[in-house]
Amino acid sequence: MKAGFDISPELFDAAAKEDKNAEKIRRPSIRYWPDVWRRLKMNKLAMTGLLLICILGVMSFVGTKLNGFTYFEQNYSLINSHPDSVHWFGTDELGRDLFTRTWFGVRYSLFIGIMAAFIDFFIGVLYGGIAGISGRRIDSVMMRIAEVIYSIPYLLVVILISVVFSQAGQGSSMFVLIFSLSLTSWVPMAILVRGQVLQLKESEYSLASESLGADKGWILKKHIIPNTLGPILVNVTLEIPRAIFAEATLGFIGLGLQAPKSSLGTLANSGLAGLPVGNSYQLFIPAIFISLIMFAFNVLGDGLRDALDPRLRK
Amino acid sequence: MKKYLLKRVAMAIVTIWAVITITFILMHSVPGDPFRQESKMPKVVYENLLRKYGLDRPLSEQYIIYLGKIIRGDFGDSMKSRVETVNDMIRRGFPVSAFIGLEALLIAIIFGPALGAIAALNQNKWPDYISMIIAIIGVSVPSFIMGTVFIQFLARNISWLPIGGWGSFAHSILPSLALALMPLAQLARYMRSSMLEVLGQDYIKTAKSKGISNATVVLRHAVRNAILPVVSILGTVATNLIAGSFVIEKIFGIPGLGMFFITSINNRDYPLIMGTTIFYAIILVVMLLIVDIAYMLIDPRIKLTKEGR
Repeated sequence: MKAGFDISPELFDAAAKEDKNAEKIRRPSIRYWPDVWRRLKMNKLAMTGLLLICILGVMSFVGTKLNGFTYFEQNYSLINSHPDSVHWFGTDELGRDLFTRTWFGVRYSLFIGIMAAFIDFFIGVLYGGIAGISGRRIDSVMMRIAEVIYSIPYLLVVILISVVFSQAGQGSSMFVLIFSLSLTSWVPMAILVRGQVLQLKESEYSLASESLGADKGWILKKHIIPNTLGPILVNVTLEIPRAIFAEATLGFIGLGLQAPKSSLGTLANSGLAGLPVGNSYQLFIPAIFISLIMFAFNVLGDGLRDALDPRLRK
Repeated sequence: MKKYLLKRVAMAIVTIWAVITITFILMHSVPGDPFRQESKMPKVVYENLLRKYGLDRPLSEQYIIYLGKIIRGDFGDSMKSRVETVNDMIRRGFPVSAFIGLEALLIAIIFGPALGAIAALNQNKWPDYISMIIAIIGVSVPSFIMGTVFIQFLARNISWLPIGGWGSFAHSILPSLALALMPLAQLARYMRSSMLEVLGQDYIKTAKSKGISNATVVLRHAVRNAILPVVSILGTVATNLIAGSFVIEKIFGIPGLGMFFITSINNRDYPLIMGTTIFYAIILVVMLLIVDIAYMLIDPRIKLTKEGR
């Protein structure tokens, strides 16, 4: 038992002042969102995506004015002109400037994607939130309805709505497109929000808050909503490319935005005709932009998910 | 388990009914009727046409008749084609689409999870980066662009690969590849994160500490557990495949169901649009059902508890 350890009276002296700092918080405490941002900044791929989105967003407004052409101006003496110093992306089969049209396409595609995601967010949070807070019976009815809506194939609904609300061979209006794109796709958001609310409602800190006398509204505002925001944000970010992709597919099968407006999908669709006759730039330029947008939002969404996950924290 | 199964089948039937009803309402809320445009038509002919397609009856009656026909498997007549019914077109187009779809699914299922597993096993090394670059390209580049890239750069340069059309197995290679890339990428990404999670589990450490060879640990313990969540997204994968098939068939000029669907949309051939939509919906709902049941069967955790919802 006695292992060369002497108990001397000095050991019982009061500790020196500097030793008392052991429990002092040395680094400034970082709040949740700055911490997420800090982790996101370390993810190079996600930051590339964010940068790309910013550039595309700015250029969709600046780029349309850069070379002095409009998106609808037709010039029959210069049809299918390959990219050169005047028409930077060339012209289409009606002699319209593709550089201007492409940036308009980027603008409309981004707008459609963001609007669709925003509507999904709005309906999804509302529906899921109500289902989560309400009692069991209302919740189960609401969720059964949501499940049926969700198992209706997404693109089929979008196509049907666009068929009904557009004239043959003319394409759809912006409103119809956004409406049809968000008609069924709010359901995953609703399911996510409901699950989160149910889970957080039972969490220890909600209980603690309740036992301290907080009412339902306070708990919702202070505990449930801030903690649900992360997963919702990821979902919104990943919903945008989904809507843009669906819109591009629609455009490609002839149900996209009404001419002379252009989305990237309708540009690619009309570019397909130029492929066999050697005007492949008409297809590949919008194609590259669709891919860039999809890439940017997908890597940003992934990066956000990683940044928001506290388990991955180093 | 039985209760869950029953509930699931009932859900599927309700969904199909919902699709039929929605499709019916939407198609009948189009302003005007399909024959108005051909205005030079004598009144008698016009009325006879309405009668032939049952459009002179009240809407509720039309709905009941249509529902009855669908239950008997009759999707009605096409308005543009005088010789083929919608059923004929489905019979002609579906095998072609199914062939390409299954081939693409096979490519995606074989290579997707494998790519994901390889990436996870070599996390943050070059196989991981290469796999994830492929996966990011697959998720970002829509299949219709992949298809045109393939035509432009592969079919034009490789003599035995046809540019488009249908007939031999060689015709199906490029469309299936173009179609497979997005689901492949999705599966790979999903498998990678699932595998990474499994590799961090305690039972993997236990298996390793027992002295089991690396290959056995990976195959018997890691992959088998990691693949479970991947199975659950097969339904989404199938949905994406069908959506992709519309555009792929258009690009490659393949006479499949997707091509009929797109043509029917551009022709405003309402019975054909309704028929193909409902047919697609049935296929998808049944596939989702199969995936769900399969998931239940292969997940041992659900089998252990007898009343696992």
